[in-house]
Amino acid sequence: MNQDSLAYLPASKLARLLASGELTAVELSRAVLERAEQLNAQVNAFLGWDGDDLMAQAEASDKRRKADKALGFFDGIPVALKNNIAVKGSLLTCGSRMLESFVSPYDATVVERMKAAGMLVWGRLNMDEFAMGSSTETSYFGSTANPWDLTRTPGGSSGGSAAALAAGMSPMTLGSDTGGSIRQPAAFCGIYGLKPTYGRVSRYGLVAFASSLDQIGPFGHCVEDVARMMEVLCGVDPKDSSSYPAPVSPFHAELELALTGGRPMVLGLPVEYFKEDGLDPAVRRAMDEVVAYYKEMGWQIKDVSLPNSHLAVPTYYVIATAEASSNLARFDGIRYTHRSESASDAVDVYFKSRGEGFGEEVKRRIILGTFVLSSGYHDAYYLKAQQVRTLIRNDFSKAFEEVDLVLTPTTPSPAFVRGERITDPLQMYLNDIYTICPNLTGLPAISVPCGFASQNLPVGFQLIAPHFEEVRLLTAARAYEKGNDWHTRHPAL
Amino acid sequence: MASVDGYDAVIGLEVHVQLGTESKMFTDAPYYFGAAPNELTNPVVMGMPGTLPVLNKRAIEKTIQVGLMLGCEIPQVSKWDRKHYYYPDMPKNYQISQYDQPLCLGGSVEIELDGPSRNVMGEHRRVSLTRIHLEEDVGKLTHVADGSLVDYNRAGAPLIEIVTEPDIFSPEEAFAFLTSLRNTLQNAGISDCDMEKGQMRCDANVSVKPVGTTKLGTKVELKNLNSISGVRNGLRYEIERQIRELKAGATIVQQTRRWDAEAGVTSLMRTKEEAQDYRYFPDPDLMPVRISEDWKSQLAEGLPELPFDRQRRYMADYSLPYTVTAVLCSNRQLSVFFEEAIRQHNNPLAIANLITNDLLRELGAASSGSEGEDGERRSLDSLGVSAVGVADLVAMVDKGVLSNQMAKEVLSGMIATGQSPEAVAEAKGLRQSSDSGEIEAICRQAMEENPKAVQEFLAGNEKSINAIKGRVMKATQGKANPTVVDQVLRKLLASG
Repeated sequence: MNQDSLAYLPASKLARLLASGELTAVELSRAVLERAEQLNAQVNAFLGWDGDDLMAQAEASDKRRKADKALGFFDGIPVALKNNIAVKGSLLTCGSRMLESFVSPYDATVVERMKAAGMLVWGRLNMDEFAMGSSTETSYFGSTANPWDLTRTPGGSSGGSAAALAAGMSPMTLGSDTGGSIRQPAAFCGIYGLKPTYGRVSRYGLVAFASSLDQIGPFGHCVEDVARMMEVLCGVDPKDSSSYPAPVSPFHAELELALTGGRPMVLGLPVEYFKEDGLDPAVRRAMDEVVAYYKEMGWQIKDVSLPNSHLAVPTYYVIATAEASSNLARFDGIRYTHRSESASDAVDVYFKSRGEGFGEEVKRRIILGTFVLSSGYHDAYYLKAQQVRTLIRNDFSKAFEEVDLVLTPTTPSPAFVRGERITDPLQMYLNDIYTICPNLTGLPAISVPCGFASQNLPVGFQLIAPHFEEVRLLTAARAYEKGNDWHTRHPAL
Repeated sequence: MASVDGYDAVIGLEVHVQLGTESKMFTDAPYYFGAAPNELTNPVVMGMPGTLPVLNKRAIEKTIQVGLMLGCEIPQVSKWDRKHYYYPDMPKNYQISQYDQPLCLGGSVEIELDGPSRNVMGEHRRVSLTRIHLEEDVGKLTHVADGSLVDYNRAGAPLIEIVTEPDIFSPEEAFAFLTSLRNTLQNAGISDCDMEKGQMRCDANVSVKPVGTTKLGTKVELKNLNSISGVRNGLRYEIERQIRELKAGATIVQQTRRWDAEAGVTSLMRTKEEAQDYRYFPDPDLMPVRISEDWKSQLAEGLPELPFDRQRRYMADYSLPYTVTAVLCSNRQLSVFFEEAIRQHNNPLAIANLITNDLLRELGAASSGSEGEDGERRSLDSLGVSAVGVADLVAMVDKGVLSNQMAKEVLSGMIATGQSPEAVAEAKGLRQSSDSGEIEAICRQAMEENPKAVQEFLAGNEKSINAIKGRVMKATQGKANPTVVDQVLRKLLASG
């Protein structure tokens, strides 16, 4: 098999080929490396990789397979990581000059879990600096292109992860999602992207942007890939106090069972989301078709109200920046970060190193976060935002009394042109309007590819489930996948 | 309240105490004193990107225990906050601490004020506490000629902060407070509270106001008080300084001053205008702690008797003199040793005397003057003498087997060899004779050799008997039981 025939195969399909002996991990990894080498100059999805290390891992996997000692379904499948997830001995830049030469001394818990499952952890994927952005344009290492249209953004902040998967450069990638950073790029790139329930996946080893909102999650070519990857990633972690001991079961099998044996579901459409003037006609059209599809299946569509959703974006930008200003305080030029050459004393080290090490967007958010936490403003901003957060959580609890899942567009519009919005932060922030609530509430959500706007630009819809109901989420996504083939279309590269 | 020059002082203390836990507050990195620089670190301690804190349950338990001992209210829920400031000894540039929901609220520490003399117990009163919270310690910065060195060993060690109300009114009370607090915490195994090792640290807030007025003066915070006496001396200086300023017509500005123990003065560090905004907010990485009644009562069960309660009991139950109980109860090890010994042989006074006089003198000699002025003593264990050994030694004296003089010699032998008192006495041939038949023969001979002394005694000179006794002791090489010798001689002299 050559690289092009393998490039867009879902990871679960590749895993079956490995299991049947039709493919080896070495062959697969060689193909992945060749394609990444061939395409990265155009796409800039990867900040770097260690090919020798990937091949060594592949050989070890083949050896295990031969000895009938495969560690799991995905043994031998390469998985590339957003560069804010720690891999021992590997650069952990977070897309920032601040950490340009920082090598992680430890593995993130998800990395340990994937290695224990035999997966081949490789490649550092581009991202908005410290995950702050919606276009992968704030990366210190240059922006990433959308494989469907290289002049456009793949979204962000996990733009590298989405672009790499969509371009067939790695059969599996991980991103992190603080306000939509997995789902928005998944929608822009025509693939699946899931943000798990807060507490489902350990955050240990994920460089914190906003601790109460961050979750690691997978991108995939199909629902099965995402479901099976969740089985690898999920589970309580003693190193993360916010991880929750929810049961982890064979999600991929459960969702098939639910699909055949389960009752028709009730999907809720938030009326507020469709009043938005900013909603692109192409996205609105795609949503109408999604609704029609589910109705045809016999599922019920119901209007629900999320009356406080107009407060989500400002609430998010208070809480996320407050936490970020604290989390990023450790990058100070003293220990392992960029240190200014021209600093004259300790205070100067702080000012100059941070001044040089952080980009504009990161500085903007640190300043905003510092302000909202400062004495005299704390109650008016941070405390108020936490109160609104509770109101938004209550809105969803109420909605889930009537519906099984909430259905929304993932983004107001398809991928925009690179450079178009980077100078207008407010316009950029509004991109997250539909994706922010699951982070503020901790709810799990998935973006599902559902068609194309003009110029062949992918569109996605979002499903939101109650806490720890990932199987319900995946079941509905699979129901849609069965009758649609959007996910099988790939960019011409 | 001790007035100086028409002014009263009002003092509040903030005492930091490291909890002697095996691992750090938010990670399993070990913590102990004396490791090579930066040895006790891991990615969490160093605040590496992506690392997360997890709570040390033992540290929480110890803090609750401190609260229970000091009569604090233990709320049902306690939470964690981040306190932000930039300093190179702070790996994350924020400290995980507790802002508005600490583990302990209120409470008090019993203190003893100076008595009319050293031999008489002074007045006792309770100093009110505001709160006790748990946080992580920071690293240590050392300034050298060409820069500064940071050691993160201490960073992340569990640290409690005990905050008093402005309820201390003299440097001597502050001294008494810290002494009592240290005894209480040492006694319960919470911390060794060694100020030299930084296990206990104290900042003081002090103001003065004219006698008879109620409005508090402007407070000054004192730092770098590195010993309990340092706290007392720094406060003495600062109170005098403030009174001097006020008398000269100046006003006191809210400020932080540094005590220089060598120069014996305080100097300005910063004024209030430079005070920092710590931007406290709840740490999103840590869940609040819920404290159940069950957990609390379980922790209460493990608590020892408080030192002052124990002292009162020793005075009441064993009729021990105040000074002896003060020494015994100043140190958990001493009182445990004492109680173990009296279980073995029931002579509390003799055992208490032997411990507080002989044993501590030996300990002082063994540590050759290393005993700090704050009374930090070397461990009893270093002498290699067991409580049972001491009990047996006193029992041998009580049975007349050893004289008091011999007992001291045997004790030295026990310390030197680590052997039991019986074995030491045997090896040294120390055993007093109480055989009155044998002693009578020697007494008769001594009387015959000292007719003059005998005559003088019979003439009424009581002291003359000592000359005869001296003969007897010399003849027996000191092994005759002096009590028996006295009895025999008096009988012989009386019978002429």
